[in-house]
Amino acid sequence: MVPKVLFQNRKPDRIATLEEYRQSGGYQALATVLQKYSPKEVQQIVVDSGLQGRGGAGFPAGLKWKSVADDAPFPRYLITNIDEMEPGTFKDRVMTHADPHMIIEGTILAAYSVSSEKGFIFVRPSYENSARIMERELNVAREAGYLGKNILGSNFSFELVVHRSGGRYICGEGTAQINAIMGKRAHPQQSPPRSTEKGLWEKPTVLNNMETLVNVPHILRNGAEWFKSLAKTKTASGTKLYCVSGKVKHPGCYELPMGTRLSEIIEEHAGGLLPGSDFKTCLPGGASTYFLQKKHYDMEMDYESTKKAGNRLGTGAVIVFDQKTCLVGATLNLLDFFVRESCGFCTPCREALPFIRDLIRRIEEGDGKEDFIPILRRMSQHTWKSYCAFSPGATMPVTSLLDNFPEEVHEHISQKKCPYKG
Amino acid sequence: MDHSYFEHLNLFRISIFEFRIYLKMLPEALFNTLRAQIARAESPREMAIDVMFALQNHYGCLSDEALEEGARLLRMTPLELEEIATFYDFIYREPVGRYVIHLCDGVVCWMNGYSSVLDYLFKKLGIGLGETTKDGLFTILPTACIGYCDLSPAVLVNGRPYGPLTPEKIDELLERFKGEVRRSRVV
Repeated sequence: MVPKVLFQNRKPDRIATLEEYRQSGGYQALATVLQKYSPKEVQQIVVDSGLQGRGGAGFPAGLKWKSVADDAPFPRYLITNIDEMEPGTFKDRVMTHADPHMIIEGTILAAYSVSSEKGFIFVRPSYENSARIMERELNVAREAGYLGKNILGSNFSFELVVHRSGGRYICGEGTAQINAIMGKRAHPQQSPPRSTEKGLWEKPTVLNNMETLVNVPHILRNGAEWFKSLAKTKTASGTKLYCVSGKVKHPGCYELPMGTRLSEIIEEHAGGLLPGSDFKTCLPGGASTYFLQKKHYDMEMDYESTKKAGNRLGTGAVIVFDQKTCLVGATLNLLDFFVRESCGFCTPCREALPFIRDLIRRIEEGDGKEDFIPILRRMSQHTWKSYCAFSPGATMPVTSLLDNFPEEVHEHISQKKCPYKG
Repeated sequence: MDHSYFEHLNLFRISIFEFRIYLKMLPEALFNTLRAQIARAESPREMAIDVMFALQNHYGCLSDEALEEGARLLRMTPLELEEIATFYDFIYREPVGRYVIHLCDGVVCWMNGYSSVLDYLFKKLGIGLGETTKDGLFTILPTACIGYCDLSPAVLVNGRPYGPLTPEKIDELLERFKGEVRRSRVV
């Protein structure tokens, strides 16, 4: 039986209420922590649990919190990232529609651990429903005494508000999101200083993915060892919200132990491929990952194992392609997305991505040359010199197309057309 | 009347241009709501997106006049606000139709029939991406993955998601929207 932790109150037709969340043990961790634990103890438990950031980078959450210095100035800010715009990813949307109070409790606990008094839930405009749900439930939490001054009679006060985005992929990047909240153009900033030192309004700011934070109440209630035991692999911990989309029978968001095999996610949980479709490849963690080599179809889906297979877990959003889907066309689509969404601030991203896109487009349209391939590789290398991780991520599908599916590229070039189009 | 409403307007000194904007000002209730929101924020600029959304909802799009009005509320220059406005997909600096169709062109929708949905919408409405129908009802805008990959191919219409789209479903949706408009005119 697959353990349900994050989705334990998920219902097919409605959102869990505060009462239902409480009945499942919700807000117990907060009550206990405020009475018995110091912020430092909370940080240590989360470090011990091995909770890694679920936004894609996999940075240990407890260590991020610890990087806020003891003597760091006040006020300190906390940001819950619900901006998810990584193609193929919709776990935050599902989570906000399943159990919003789990997100709120997780955020309050994180805020307590870094002594933050003000938090923002950053929501993309496509998720206006999620923004409204969160605003409504924040009011419910406030009335129940979980937010505001002297939470549950303690000395800890914390205010949490929803911040709406205007809709741009780069806002998912931590430092860009900080600029966005301050009402500036959302360009990434370079560290140092890190955001935990100087973030919002030059004050210490901790930014976590929503999925990272929903784990925190469970870790504090059940302990670090319990959390580790949830995962299928030794190096990982907890469960993961895997989103499966593309050519599968049952696209959806599935909560499974971290380290569940990719083949199991696709076949058992997403129902396998559509009738008449055969698995060709997938992007295992959203658009900024590598097209999977078929030999890694059984890969364990956690940060370490995907890294060993030369790939990335990313957001854990599995996008499945079948034998009838053209990967050059798919790469062109992804590049169109990245070119449009680039903030345009730094040169490698602004200049290299359109260049790469045009070469890929010429290959797709039958105007490609073999000479393009070394140019594509060289230009993709340059993107690693850019300001933030956007541009290297954008070229991951390109390099993996060339490395893992060279025959498909050569066919386009030699036949002077897309072999998938009649 | 709330006097602070006028305090930044020295009536003897404002230009004709400013006075014109003043006359087109937002309804007082909305103006006060926005001002209260701005007062609660850590800094006025933090509310830039919310203010632009509110103005856009009120006027139909973020016109030059609306942008200047927003900038004044936020204590920014119009240029500073423009810098943010043009950065985002969901801020409309030009007039849009009553129903704004954000057509998802993410990779999942792409592989699940985005181009046939696009062609069908173009044919049905007689417009292309970024254009508005002559009756002012529909605008189609290209949009990055909207996060409804489990309902792909999907669209957002005025913020609401619909999918998986088929020609029949598109017909049904367009009829439903036109019906809404007819009913609102009768009332």
